[in-house]
Amino acid sequence: MVICLGYSSARFLLIIFFGTFLGTAHIGDAMNAIEIQGLEKTYSVGFWRKQPKQALKPLHLSVEHGEVFGFLGPNGAGKTTTLKLLMGLMYATSGSARILGMEINDPRMKAQIGFLPEQPYFYDYLTARELLTYYGKLSGVATRELPQRIAAVLDRVGLTRAATTQLRKFSKGMLQRAGIAQAILHDPKVVFLDEPMSGLDPMGRREVRDLMVQLKQEGKTIFFSTHILADAEALCDRVAVLHEGELRGIGTVADLTSKTQGKVEITWHGSLFPAALQALGATGQVSGDTLRAQMNDSQLDAAIDILRRERCRIISIVPVRGTLEEYFVQQMNTPDLSQTGSSRKGASA
Amino acid sequence: MNHRIAAIASNTFREAIRDRVLYNLIGFSVLMAGTSILVGQISVDIEKLVVINLGLTAVSLFGVVISIFIGIGLVSKEIDKRTLYTVLSRPVQRWEFILGKFFGLAGTLAVNTVCMAAGVFLSLLYVAHRLQRADSSILVALYFIVLQFVIVTALALLFSSFSSPLLSAVFAFALFVIGSFSADLRGFAGMSHGFSRWITTAAAYVVPNLSALNVISSVAHGESVARQMILANTAYSLFYAAMVLCGAILIFERRNLK
Ligand SMILES: Nc1ncnc2c1ncn2[C@@H]1O[C@H](COP(=O)(O)OP(=O)(O)O)[C@@H](O)[C@H]1O
Ligand SMILES: [Mg+2]
Repeated sequence: MVICLGYSSARFLLIIFFGTFLGTAHIGDAMNAIEIQGLEKTYSVGFWRKQPKQALKPLHLSVEHGEVFGFLGPNGAGKTTTLKLLMGLMYATSGSARILGMEINDPRMKAQIGFLPEQPYFYDYLTARELLTYYGKLSGVATRELPQRIAAVLDRVGLTRAATTQLRKFSKGMLQRAGIAQAILHDPKVVFLDEPMSGLDPMGRREVRDLMVQLKQEGKTIFFSTHILADAEALCDRVAVLHEGELRGIGTVADLTSKTQGKVEITWHGSLFPAALQALGATGQVSGDTLRAQMNDSQLDAAIDILRRERCRIISIVPVRGTLEEYFVQQMNTPDLSQTGSSRKGASA
Repeated sequence: MNHRIAAIASNTFREAIRDRVLYNLIGFSVLMAGTSILVGQISVDIEKLVVINLGLTAVSLFGVVISIFIGIGLVSKEIDKRTLYTVLSRPVQRWEFILGKFFGLAGTLAVNTVCMAAGVFLSLLYVAHRLQRADSSILVALYFIVLQFVIVTALALLFSSFSSPLLSAVFAFALFVIGSFSADLRGFAGMSHGFSRWITTAAAYVVPNLSALNVISSVAHGESVARQMILANTAYSLFYAAMVLCGAILIFERRNLK
């Protein structure tokens, strides 16, 4: 009995030992960069009579290493709330999350992430260089390395000429750039960006996009929120759509957009648009001797028959891919998709 | 002190300097110069007494005003302006932030007090023409004043960690005033009975014992300060400030940043 107990407890200790010293290192690497398990946030609003407001319904999400992940949703969807929970600025009502396999209050993890808040604001009595020096020290960058790091990062975001300007003299776009600079200064593995393109002019947006592509090429994981779909469409490996605190869809941009509509487009050479085709409900365009028609999937066979009969030369038949915007609008208008439906009282039109 | 606390402290110091906090020294030097010249003209006997009394009282009041008015904004301003987001998303613990802020303001006040002390001694030199060995107890009085600042700064920081700047200022100032009369409060507690005795005794121990830290008038009269008192006051002030800072940290750890 005693021996038996001794053996089992030794085995137990062994498991703990391996779990602590070997397991975490390897599992941590293999695990997803971001792992969100049922994260939920309920604010209490109102001054006199506090009322609960569920800004984020239990969210499950994981982001792989090296992924560019777009977190989409209209204003008030709960994107910033999620990011603040992940950054440990607020505490979740329930649920948990892990970043790089570590708890969200773990300083070792925080040394390896960067965060750009929404509409960032910084100590305006500092110059850009002083600000980055301060943040570099807080992130544990070696003092020797700081000057080159700062010069490089300022160059990268196009603020080299403003290095010695106090931040109170910065425009909104410059603040956004300073914000990006502080988020990538310490060469983090995972970068969280809350609305990184907001406040930027078209050139600035373009530069931020290019920067994000570079960061991806360097192997960084990027989690960014946006309500601008074109940005997400251009950049993301995968996107999640959030609406009223609820996850409405998740997948690659191609996945989500091809689900939008089962439509096909036929292109052919000919001289006229057959009336029979119009009768099928197809919509078409003519450009020179190339004609084009769009119709529902189910009508494809009938359409091909018609075109054969008319002796038209078919050039291509391709499925019509909706834009992310179409998918998005569709999600916003669907009362409920993933959940049981009891949680929402009415559809927002 | 780890390097993160040091970085936060020096940034707090820099903010105070750039916000022209040290400009109060101009007001202080004008006051001291005016007093010395005026007093130097009226009487020979009490001029030293007046300069020390007025000088040290001014050092204390200027410093308390600074520690309250900066202290109340230390945390709440960073929350309101959201500058905390990019600090706390780094490997900075919340307690490190509070301590960094505290040391930054305490350091600012120390520098400010050193400058003012120089002003007091210059005035003294002007009216008395030379310094005596007994004048060294002025340094003790100044040290006690710095201990007061340590306590008041910790209190302002505590209030700042949960209430609005205006309320924090009111609380901190009220505690400063009550604390300055804490000797009377203790005396009153000794005289009262029953429930009110219980309440006043509790209050007397909760409010900071700032009157023990005020040796201005005895020093002005040329008395020296006992070594035990220096030790006791040091221990008391550091303990009190540490408790208050623990309270501030406990509250701040739990806060959700808007
Ligand atoms: N501090 C707060 N207190 C109460 N309600 C809040 C707070 N912050 C956000 N909300 C509410 O939570 C919802 C989600 O907000 P947010 O996360 O900022 O959305 P998004 O970033 O997607 O625009 C909104 O309805 C907003 O009004
Ligand atoms: Mg937002």
